[in-house]
Amino acid sequence: MKELRLMKGNEALAEAAIRAGADAYFGYPITPQSEVIEYLMMENPADRTGMQVLQAESEVAAINMVYGAAGCGKRAMTSSSSPGISLKMEGISYLAGAELPCLVVNVVRAGPGLGTIQPSQSDYFQAVKGGGHGDYKMIVLAPATVQESVDYVKLGFDLAFKYRTPVMILSDGIIGQMMEKVELFEQQPRLTEAPDWATVGKKPGRDSVIVTSLQLQSEEQEKVNLRLQAKYREIEKNEIMYETHQCDDAEYLMVAFGSCARISRKAMEMAREKGIKVGLFRPQTLYPYPYEALNKLADKVKGVLCVEMNAGQMVEDVRLAVNGKTRVEHFGRFGGMIPSPEEILNALEQKIIGG
Amino acid sequence: MSENNIISPENLVYSKTEVMTDRVLHYCPGCGHGTAHRMLAEAIDELGIQGDTIGVAPVGCSVLAYYYFNVDMQEAAHGRAPAVATGIKRVFPEKYVFTYQGDGDLAAIGTAETIHACNRGENILIVFINNGIYGMTGGQMAPTTLPGMKSSTSPRGRDVKTMGNPLKITELIAQLPGTYFVTRQSVHTPGNVRKTKRALKKAMEYQKLNKGTCFVEIVANCPSGWKMTPVQSNKWMEEHMFPFYPLGDIKVPE
Repeated sequence: MKELRLMKGNEALAEAAIRAGADAYFGYPITPQSEVIEYLMMENPADRTGMQVLQAESEVAAINMVYGAAGCGKRAMTSSSSPGISLKMEGISYLAGAELPCLVVNVVRAGPGLGTIQPSQSDYFQAVKGGGHGDYKMIVLAPATVQESVDYVKLGFDLAFKYRTPVMILSDGIIGQMMEKVELFEQQPRLTEAPDWATVGKKPGRDSVIVTSLQLQSEEQEKVNLRLQAKYREIEKNEIMYETHQCDDAEYLMVAFGSCARISRKAMEMAREKGIKVGLFRPQTLYPYPYEALNKLADKVKGVLCVEMNAGQMVEDVRLAVNGKTRVEHFGRFGGMIPSPEEILNALEQKIIGG
Repeated sequence: MSENNIISPENLVYSKTEVMTDRVLHYCPGCGHGTAHRMLAEAIDELGIQGDTIGVAPVGCSVLAYYYFNVDMQEAAHGRAPAVATGIKRVFPEKYVFTYQGDGDLAAIGTAETIHACNRGENILIVFINNGIYGMTGGQMAPTTLPGMKSSTSPRGRDVKTMGNPLKITELIAQLPGTYFVTRQSVHTPGNVRKTKRALKKAMEYQKLNKGTCFVEIVANCPSGWKMTPVQSNKWMEEHMFPFYPLGDIKVPE
């Protein structure tokens, strides 16, 4: 049965965590995502599903609690915002190295440093290019609506367990704080059977399970790296998601993700009213990135404008995808500033059409 | 006496516990880790909880502890073992969970995780090996290095004016309402080994009560790090470490 509610992004995401059958949430307050843990504490999911919720002493402790619970084969998650995510990067690297599934939500605010609590997309590099140390990737899902924030919680856990890897939802202060109509999925059961890689207590007749990211021998560590890389190639083959809007007859293309894609869509509609044939390409997965789809679109257009709430991060992947076939320009507002549709249209006319 | 007679059950006075694997320990000759491992393993064995125990290894000399304990184990990032153990215990409250950490791991980089896990009263056992030095990285100063004690990063001896004071974290932990049993032991004589094992067994058993964190410090020698023979190091430990870190129970259940 459909359950429609008007919900704030962060609260809808927290509700989705309970409904996705999460076993544990560990977090630490930080604006603009504190509603996630507040909602969970108020809702007390231990009574509804048995899900455990704990406010940790730090972001660092929270991600390591996630590691412990994930190592037990449980659906574990944490959420934070940019400065807190930086602190979690050590733990995320260990999770990737130990091949543990988990869900990490980043409701991005502008940086660097303490920055501001206003929304931004300036953690793109950190999310998709590494962030922590070592050769690893995490799947990065970029919601543009409260609805997608909800749906990606379920998808995120599924992907995390399918590939035994950390998954990040790269949201931002706009999506986390705004209220929208959302359709909630039905309550999913919590996991009952532990995977064979989980520490559940050694059973007679089997070797003890060891969860570790340590290999002292280089030969063994390289094998781990090769296994991880093979996994990433599978992810790149199977899990790319993107949306296109009015790209069929487009002479120009805008590329944007998350909340910025919504504003760009409005700019696209305004351009169309003026007779400018522009389309919009919206990656929903930032890793794996839809390089091929974007490359094909580049054949048909005279220029590409990448619109972001940062100083130019995803534009590097857009350039890799377009591979010189046509011009690629970047337009961004940052530091917590949000571009208006008029500004974006103006940038399209100045930088791409007139440029 | 033939070999068959020696291994016949009535003649056996000692056998290796099943809770230790057959892997050769990588620890230096004379180091206390092996004995401390075995006492914890024997305690788990005697309590019959091998299949219900999950351990957390630290970063430091005992980083490979998971090769030696024959129980399911997780390897934590440096200092984060109490947080990892919290995550395990929260999803498996019925399991027995322990961390095994050195002084750098527990009392320097992981101080926050240690104090807060204890302050929440997580129902876990924290085993703390205190030898006053960073062994694995080659003998650098630890949070528990004694005043005047030489290490590779305090080559003229620890100057407390510039390098700070050694941290008596066990006494600090005992102040927290979340801790249930806090004790300091050693494994350098047969008598002390027996006491340590009793403490570890009690501490594991207490987890059933859900009364809070149990914390067992084991003051240990580090012949390699201290640049001494094993015998010298045990003597030095008695003369210098024990006066500063006195052995005995610090907090016992009422």
